[in-house]
Amino acid sequence: MPCIEIQNMTYRYADRVALDAVSFAVEFGQSCGLLGPNGSGKSTLFRILSTLVRPQTGEARIAGADVRTQPDAVRRKIGVVFQSPSLDKRLTVAENLRCQGRIYGLSGAELNRRIDELLNRFELRDRAAEMAGKLSGGQQRRVELAKGLLHKPQVLLLDEPSTGLDPAARITLRQQLQRLRDDDNITTLLTTHILDEADHCDRLVILDKGRVIENGTPSELKSRISGDCVLVSAVNLEALAARIEQRLGLKPQRINDELRIETPRGHELIAKLIDAFGDEIRSITLAKPTLEDVFIDRTGRRLDAEAA
Amino acid sequence: MFPAVATLWHREVVRFLRQRSRVIGAFATPIVFWFLLGSGLGKSFRAAGTPDDHGYLEYFFPGTLTMILLFSAIFSTISVIEDRAAGFLQGVLVAPIPRSALVLGNVLGGTTLALLQATVLLFAAPLIGLHLTAATVAATIAVMALLAFSLTCLGFLIAWKLNSTQGFHAIMNLLLIPMWMLSGAVFPPTGAPRWLKIVIQLNPVAYGVAAIRRCLYPAAATNGMGLPALPVCIAVVAGFAAVLFVLCVRGASNYEAAA
Repeated sequence: MPCIEIQNMTYRYADRVALDAVSFAVEFGQSCGLLGPNGSGKSTLFRILSTLVRPQTGEARIAGADVRTQPDAVRRKIGVVFQSPSLDKRLTVAENLRCQGRIYGLSGAELNRRIDELLNRFELRDRAAEMAGKLSGGQQRRVELAKGLLHKPQVLLLDEPSTGLDPAARITLRQQLQRLRDDDNITTLLTTHILDEADHCDRLVILDKGRVIENGTPSELKSRISGDCVLVSAVNLEALAARIEQRLGLKPQRINDELRIETPRGHELIAKLIDAFGDEIRSITLAKPTLEDVFIDRTGRRLDAEAA
Repeated sequence: MFPAVATLWHREVVRFLRQRSRVIGAFATPIVFWFLLGSGLGKSFRAAGTPDDHGYLEYFFPGTLTMILLFSAIFSTISVIEDRAAGFLQGVLVAPIPRSALVLGNVLGGTTLALLQATVLLFAAPLIGLHLTAATVAATIAVMALLAFSLTCLGFLIAWKLNSTQGFHAIMNLLLIPMWMLSGAVFPPTGAPRWLKIVIQLNPVAYGVAAIRRCLYPAAATNGMGLPALPVCIAVVAGFAAVLFVLCVRGASNYEAAA
């Protein structure tokens, strides 16, 4: 049995479909990234899995518990780290954890021990007596993590955990998430639109306009793009695209201010392009495929562009 | 369920005590308000239907207690809106506790704050020559607790549906001022026109004010004022509280996060 199992999940708002027959599964102990641009439906899915929103049609189970019919069982199995901070800024770090622990039914020596463990684990020991509002963004995110882990959940759900963190804090966060998976065997599911974060997940589900467009390991997904990507910028992109198609028989994709061409041997194509259109080309870039390319390949849009 | 309620209640109280301006405002405002308004008006008016040895300052005293309860109970529920905006609420919503625990913790927090403030003023009663006994104090506090609970529920119910504190203030002023003015807190219903008397009779807060009056004074002093009997008052306020609490729990159970 997989740890997280989503089948045929569809969610409609009055004016649009947020999730369109989404199905995928995450095994126990895996980390899964839900990658997609704003409006792809990943936030809606996150809210359904964290029991904030009731599903309309379709099924979702977490460690065997159904989010529709057994929300309380799901709530005991999951720890949730929201994007907007759930800390009370007028309480100290320790008070925040204590409050959370009591709400989850922990008390006495056991609660104190858990708080101690987590303060040490997330290097918050010397901040314990400080007001949560005084902490840096990275520290606050670590308190959020500690909060989510107090009741020893099997599954940790994180909504855009890297957003708003500086690069150093991102690295620390990533290492901590890896330790949770490796040492504690906690299944993690995180939503993200940051490629670097997605690259470190065991499994990736790419969502666009409410549909799963890719599902696999990051390297599997990248290997589906053959060879290299060549990016060309020019004064008149439309005209250049037409002429590349005409002369070289290739179909460039226009992505923002660049033309993108997939090719098995990038360096050869670059030579040809410069020979043929050297005057028109402003710059030319050779790149190995990234997850962004996977997304572009399937949607014709960049990941950071708003979903139309 | 109990630890969750206790924790949420404790949090409300701690948050209040950590905001010094709130603490000062909470305790100073009612006393200043009561003294200035009561003594100013008392010189100019004599409310019809008040006992002869009953100055306006004294008549106005239960009204001031009610005002404190009303305003501080209801405004304490602004924290619900703040908690949602700041994100704390979503953390509680995904916790394995019944929604009734969430409501109860919040509402008891607000009730406590309101009751604390009103009690401070209650102990100022001897200043206007009102004789307090342990029994009067206990009865008055019990009645005020019930009234505060119902009013905090009312605030919670409205705060739950709103997403801005500005909107909350607007609605509350529209609702609170009339509820208070038309409760027998400011003027006795005996001299009011018929339609106003009906409005007062339909206003649950009026029964709260009457109950406080009944508890503060010996029966002989309040008999001529046309107040409902104490058991009736308590029944009405308790019913009001029960209905509002159920509505709060129902509202909280139907919560769907905006996605």
